[in-house]
Amino acid sequence: MYNNKLIGSMYVTPFIIGFLLFTAFPFIASFVLSLTDARLQDQLGAANFTGLANYGEMAGDATFQKSLGVTFFYVFVTVPLKLAFALLIAVILNFKLRGIGFFRTAFYLPSILGGSVAIAVVWRFVFAGDGLINQAFGVLGFGGINWLGEPDTAMFSIVLLRLWQFGSAMVVFLAGLKAIPEDLYEAADIDGASRFKQFWMITLPLLTPVLFFNFIMQIVQAFQEFNGPYIITAGGPLKSSYLLPLMIYEEAFKYFNLGYSSALSWVLFVIIAIFTAVAFWSQKHWVFYAQERDDNKGGH
Amino acid sequence: MTNSVKLTDVKKSFNGHEVIKGVSLEVKKGELVVFVGPSGCGKSTLLRLIAGLDTPTSGEIHISNKDVTYAHPSKRGVAMVFQSYALYPHMTVADNIAFALKIQGLPRAEVDAKVAEVAEILQLTPLLKRRPKALSGGQRQRVAIGRAIVRQPDVFLFDEPLSNLDASLRGQMRVEIARLHAKLGATSVYVTHDQVEAMTLADKIVVLNAGHIEQVGSPMELYRRPANLFVARFIGSPNMNILSVKVAGAAATTVTLETPQGLLEIPRTGVVATNGDTVSLGLRPENLHVAADGEASHLKGHVVLIERLGGETFAYVALKDFGNDPVIIKLSGEADLHNHQEVGLRVDLDRAHLFDAQGLALGQPLGAAPDVGAGHV
Repeated sequence: MYNNKLIGSMYVTPFIIGFLLFTAFPFIASFVLSLTDARLQDQLGAANFTGLANYGEMAGDATFQKSLGVTFFYVFVTVPLKLAFALLIAVILNFKLRGIGFFRTAFYLPSILGGSVAIAVVWRFVFAGDGLINQAFGVLGFGGINWLGEPDTAMFSIVLLRLWQFGSAMVVFLAGLKAIPEDLYEAADIDGASRFKQFWMITLPLLTPVLFFNFIMQIVQAFQEFNGPYIITAGGPLKSSYLLPLMIYEEAFKYFNLGYSSALSWVLFVIIAIFTAVAFWSQKHWVFYAQERDDNKGGH
Repeated sequence: MTNSVKLTDVKKSFNGHEVIKGVSLEVKKGELVVFVGPSGCGKSTLLRLIAGLDTPTSGEIHISNKDVTYAHPSKRGVAMVFQSYALYPHMTVADNIAFALKIQGLPRAEVDAKVAEVAEILQLTPLLKRRPKALSGGQRQRVAIGRAIVRQPDVFLFDEPLSNLDASLRGQMRVEIARLHAKLGATSVYVTHDQVEAMTLADKIVVLNAGHIEQVGSPMELYRRPANLFVARFIGSPNMNILSVKVAGAAATTVTLETPQGLLEIPRTGVVATNGDTVSLGLRPENLHVAADGEASHLKGHVVLIERLGGETFAYVALKDFGNDPVIIKLSGEADLHNHQEVGLRVDLDRAHLFDAQGLALGQPLGAAPDVGAGHV
């Protein structure tokens, strides 16, 4: 028994060390730092305890307020759009067609690459002044648009990058769609429900557990989006795509305000926590965890 | 009476593999017809073709004298009860029953009234506000039936509706379905692999095997006059005993069989056979009796196993010189018998069945018992 415990402990030790070192410690350290005026280039001992001063500072920080607004806009626009887009593609890829496996793979590919720096770089070329899109516009006889140079269109380009990464949500939706028993649709067919009504009355309600999961994941990920604005727009122009994670990064590693940056991280953390909590609280009103089980068949 | 459902040479192939091989069939109005057969015989496929969930490769399907071969399921006037019940898990019992009516756009008051009426018939009224997961298997089954009844279809289709229930509940629901059919008098097509369900529920049984019909008839017709070995074996529990014997002589009203234990003379007409032909002698377990001491017997053997079910006893008797398979005899619950006991068996020769080498019934029983119609509870 003792031996088993020892061996078991050895297996989990790497994770526990990693967790303590790279998750728990930074988590606590960032909170402590957020209560100080620590600067990146100084000795940590030089930092002074400033209480909630960093948090107070945000109230008067126009850049923070701008960034917060941009972040909310980004989240509120991308999350519903991405969920809808991922669901649409999942529904299409759920059709029983010849070669559908190929298309499922093909549609998933952007997500493997989508979040990477490489795609963000490609995105920058696509939306650049002499980029692919403007060249295509030129061929069609339209004038080019300064995609990354205008506040509205710069945001548009990073929103589009997010939608481009619909694959992971799509795959989860697809799994959810496959879990809905075929005979429910057959029963609805016999009852005369159109495909559209079947979607609204059967598919969507039965997909709500998956929708809920995807919603939480997307909220969390969207609030943490960094690659897009960092590589494509650098947060600009006029801070129009200056998402909070980018501001946190710049405060820490560009302006060396480690304390303030940590405080911003904690604000972002609390915002995500609140959104997640509200979502969890709301699920009893719209999520149906009621997959039909056959209790007479025994095992589940 | 008009035909409610008519199939004409219906064939269905999946990926070049023919699973329904030309089925023609008529179901009369108000009849409860049971498709029965082993798994993979095509009975569920046939039902799905009638429902419109699949389309036949060739042939025609008429429902209420309309050609519905390629019609959408909702345009056929059918309602279906699925094996899995197919209840919408996110809807209450009331919403499940009301679903089709709401889709039809019926006024709310009318929907409510119909749901209430159906719930009353099926004793679901106290459960209307519940979701399917809060129901027992039998209750779910009733909801599934309710969902079909509420639409007042021309034809009810049942796809193995009781196979997910445990044995006692199955018996109970079987009685309920029979009672419901007697009350509503609706045309029904019922698929099952359980011959007991088929025997007890059906006005007419269709025995299917490997995509074609083996025999159609009333339950007692199939029991008394199976057209072939397949039906003979499939209908009846325990199964009919089949013994391999040789024809030793066929006259107008009798046929003489040569068995390893001597000759047996069976009253039977119309037997066309050549002496020496190998044929199958079919004996139902209840048509074999243990001869009393000193009483003459047709066959001899010894008991290898006794199954006591309380009300009745099944004795497995190995017949002398007949090979390894014992015959099963159905006896009374009190039958005084023990293992290894040497017994003589009397055979109700006038109830014996005979099949040729191809498995087809050979001749007719003499003065075949009149048909007994299907009774309803």
